[in-house]
Amino acid sequence: MREMNGFDEEQIGRLLRLLPPAPEGWVRAAQELPAARATLDELVARAEQDAAFRLQLRADLERAVAAAGYEPSPFIVSRLRRLLEEV
Amino acid sequence: MAVEQTDAQLVSRCRAGDPEAWNEFVERFSRYVYAICGRGFRLAQHDAEDVFQEVFARAFERLSELRSDDAVRPWLAMLTRRLCIDRLRLNARDNPSDAELDEAAVDDVLGQLDDAMAVRAALDKVGDPCREILDSFFCRDESYRTIGDRLEIPAGTIASRISRCLDKVRAELDGRNRASRPS
Repeated sequence: MREMNGFDEEQIGRLLRLLPPAPEGWVRAAQELPAARATLDELVARAEQDAAFRLQLRADLERAVAAAGYEPSPFIVSRLRRLLEEV
Repeated sequence: MAVEQTDAQLVSRCRAGDPEAWNEFVERFSRYVYAICGRGFRLAQHDAEDVFQEVFARAFERLSELRSDDAVRPWLAMLTRRLCIDRLRLNARDNPSDAELDEAAVDDVLGQLDDAMAVRAALDKVGDPCREILDSFFCRDESYRTIGDRLEIPAGTIASRISRCLDKVRAELDGRNRASRPS
């Protein structure tokens, strides 16, 4: 931490203003990462073992994720698209 | 006063798989990452959102690679910085007229954000109701009336409460500096 001595109330207020809350939806999505990660692991494992599912994902990723019983959230879709390039 | 958990303790709980710890981790650093994207690099909101999610995704995946749990904040700052620069480069490729990045100005903002995080930590230590009052006024731009209505206190007393709470934060910061200064 840098030396904070000498900060008056006005400066403290100014510094507090620099940190407004991030949008709630962004925070919630980031907090759901562990669950999303488990979903991703399951989908990737299935794609690795099931060529037909892999083709469905490549044809229409969002629809294939939904058809597999998962919520195709923007995070899941974008992350999965990247992971599929490696499968 | 509220019980404060250090960054290192929080990281350690995340590594141990404590389900609440990750929520707290995101809660603690979300403003910082958001401010680096917005104030530091002036990313458009949709770009900032992508970077924000990518920062936390990588943090979640790579927390075990962190060399020192105490260094999580600079690590997140570096990660965010790198991803913001990548995004700006990508945008500049599509739109070469985008202004060049002023790295000195970014460094200056990041320094201020570190100070702001220290103030924020002091505010967390002071705890509620000061935390709620100061956060509502300074970070959420709420009026005295809105704050008063929500906290069920007379709007006319908000200004004096803000002043007293700022005093407490300053005292907390002074106490921290005295404690960290060699005798």
